[in-house]
Amino acid sequence: MPIKSEPVEVNIGPQHPSTHGVFRMVAKIDGERIVDVKMVVGYLHRSMEKLAEERTFTQNIPFTDRMDYLAAMSGNLGYCLSVEKLAGIEVPERAQYLRVIFAELQRVASHCMATGAFINDCGAWQTPVMYCFRDREKVLDLFEMTCGARLTTNYMRIGGVAFDIPDEFLPALDRLVNDDLPFRFEEYDQLLVGNEIIMMRARDVGVVTPEMAINASLSGPILRSAGIVWDLRKADPYAVYDRMKFDIPVGYNGDAYDRMCIRIEEMKQSLRIIRQAMHDLPGGPHKTDVPLAIRPPAGEAYSRVESPKGELGFYVVSDGGPAPYRWHVRAPSLINLSVLKEMTVGKSIADAIVTLGSIDINVGELDR
Amino acid sequence: MPHSVTLTLPGTQVAERIRASLPNAVKSANTDYVVLEPASAFDAMALLRDDEQLDGKFLVQMCSVDMISRIDVVYHFASLAQNHIFEVKVPTDHEQASVPSISPLWSGAILQEREIYDLMGVKFPGHPELTRLFLWESFPGHPLRKDFMAMPGGRKPGLSQFPKQVVGQTGQEFRPKAPGTGE
Repeated sequence: MPIKSEPVEVNIGPQHPSTHGVFRMVAKIDGERIVDVKMVVGYLHRSMEKLAEERTFTQNIPFTDRMDYLAAMSGNLGYCLSVEKLAGIEVPERAQYLRVIFAELQRVASHCMATGAFINDCGAWQTPVMYCFRDREKVLDLFEMTCGARLTTNYMRIGGVAFDIPDEFLPALDRLVNDDLPFRFEEYDQLLVGNEIIMMRARDVGVVTPEMAINASLSGPILRSAGIVWDLRKADPYAVYDRMKFDIPVGYNGDAYDRMCIRIEEMKQSLRIIRQAMHDLPGGPHKTDVPLAIRPPAGEAYSRVESPKGELGFYVVSDGGPAPYRWHVRAPSLINLSVLKEMTVGKSIADAIVTLGSIDINVGELDR
Repeated sequence: MPHSVTLTLPGTQVAERIRASLPNAVKSANTDYVVLEPASAFDAMALLRDDEQLDGKFLVQMCSVDMISRIDVVYHFASLAQNHIFEVKVPTDHEQASVPSISPLWSGAILQEREIYDLMGVKFPGHPELTRLFLWESFPGHPLRKDFMAMPGGRKPGLSQFPKQVVGQTGQEFRPKAPGTGE
C-alpha cells in the first residue's frame, strides 16, 4: 500500500555545517524528494559596493580579502588589475610573477578547502577535511611569512605587490611544491579519486549540461565539469599567464564527482605554474610608484580573473575622483547558484547537500 | 577561429549588426559600448544572442550605475566559441526605473536582476519572481542609489574635495586632523 505524504518545508541553514557559511536553502520535500528549492541569502551582506564609493581606490583593497576569504589573493589581484586597466598603470615584471605565484598558491589553498568540505558533505565526517586542512595550512604559512596575514592577506597593491618576498620564502616554496604537495596529491588520487564509495555517492549527482552551463553564466570548475574548455588564464591571459605552460582539466558528465576530480587536477597544474614562475622569477622592483590617493581618469573598466570559484570580475567606474564612482563585483559564487534549482529539484535531499558542496560557494563573496 | 586573447568588440561594430535587423533599437554607440533603446532592448538582446557574428551566448555580468539623471543597466556579453566580449548599456529613468527582464533568455540573469532590483531599485518586467535578494522586504529605499542617505551625510563631501595629487605627497596629509572631529 503506497504511503500518502504531504510536502513539508525544511530549512537547511542558515546555521548548518553543509551550507559553508550562513546560507539558507528552503527545500520543499515530498518524502525524500525535493519538490521546490528557494535560496535565502544576505545574512553576510556588508554592502561593500556602497562602502567602496566612500573610500579611495587603495583603501578598497582590504574589502576584496573579505569577500572570498578563502581566496583573498585572487580577489586582491582581480581588483588591482581593474584599477590598473582604468588608470593605465604598467606593473613591473617581478610583481607580475609574484602575483602569479601567490594567485596559484591561493588556488591550491582554496581547492584544498573545497575538496575537503565536499567530502565532508558526502558523509566522510571530519577525517578527510583535516587532511585537506593540513595541506592548506602549509600554503597559509607561506602567506604569513610574506605579508603577515594568513587569511585576509591584503597583499596586492595597485601597481605591484605590497612587500617583496623574504629570503627564506623561495626555499620554503621549493620544498612545498617539489617535495610536500606532490606527495599529498598522490595521496588524494588514491584516497579520493579512485575511491569507490565517493564514485557511487557523487556520480550523476548535480548534473550540469553544457547548454545549461552557458545559459546560466556558470564559470570555474562547474563550467569545466560540463566539458567546456574555458579558463580565463588561457582565454584572456592576465599577469604573465601567457608565458606559462599548463593544461585545463575538463569533465565529461558535469556531475559532482567530475568537479572534485577537476579541482584535484587543477591543484597539480597550479604547482606546475608555480615551478615555472619560480624558475623565471626576475629581479627588479616589486612595485611601481603609484600615488596613495590615485585618481584614475574618468571612465570605466571591466577586468576579470579566474578565481578558484570561477570568473571573478570587477567593474569599476571612475569620475576622476579619488574614490570609485561605482564598484561592482561579478561574484562567481552568486551566479553559480543560478542552477541550484535545476540541479536539485526531483532529487533526494541528501543529494542536494552533495550538490551544494560540489558547487563550492563562499558566502562572503555571495553576499558581499 | 577563436582569438588567442579575448577581443573587445567596439560598440560601433555591435551597433551596426543590431541596426541591420532592428533599425531603431540602437540609441548611440561609441568605441567602448553600445546604448540600446529600453523599449526594444529585449528584442535586441535576443538578436545579439542568436546572431552568428556577435554570438553573445554567455552573459558575463550585469550591473547598474546611478548616473544621477538616469540609471544605466550595464551588460557584458561574451562568446566562448569566438572568444570576444562586448558591452551593452540600457538607460532608464531615475524615478520610474524599469528595464525589460532578460531572464527568459539567460537563466543566469535571474539572480543578478534580483540583486539590481534590491540594491538599485530597477524593476524588471517579465522576471519570474522579482523580490529582494540580500535585504529584507521592508528595507526602506535602495542603498546603491546616490541619494540614499543611510550614512550620515550620504556621499562624504570631504573625499570629493581632495586636493589634486602632486609628486612628493605621501597621502598622510589626507588623514583627518584629529580623530572624532567628523571629517
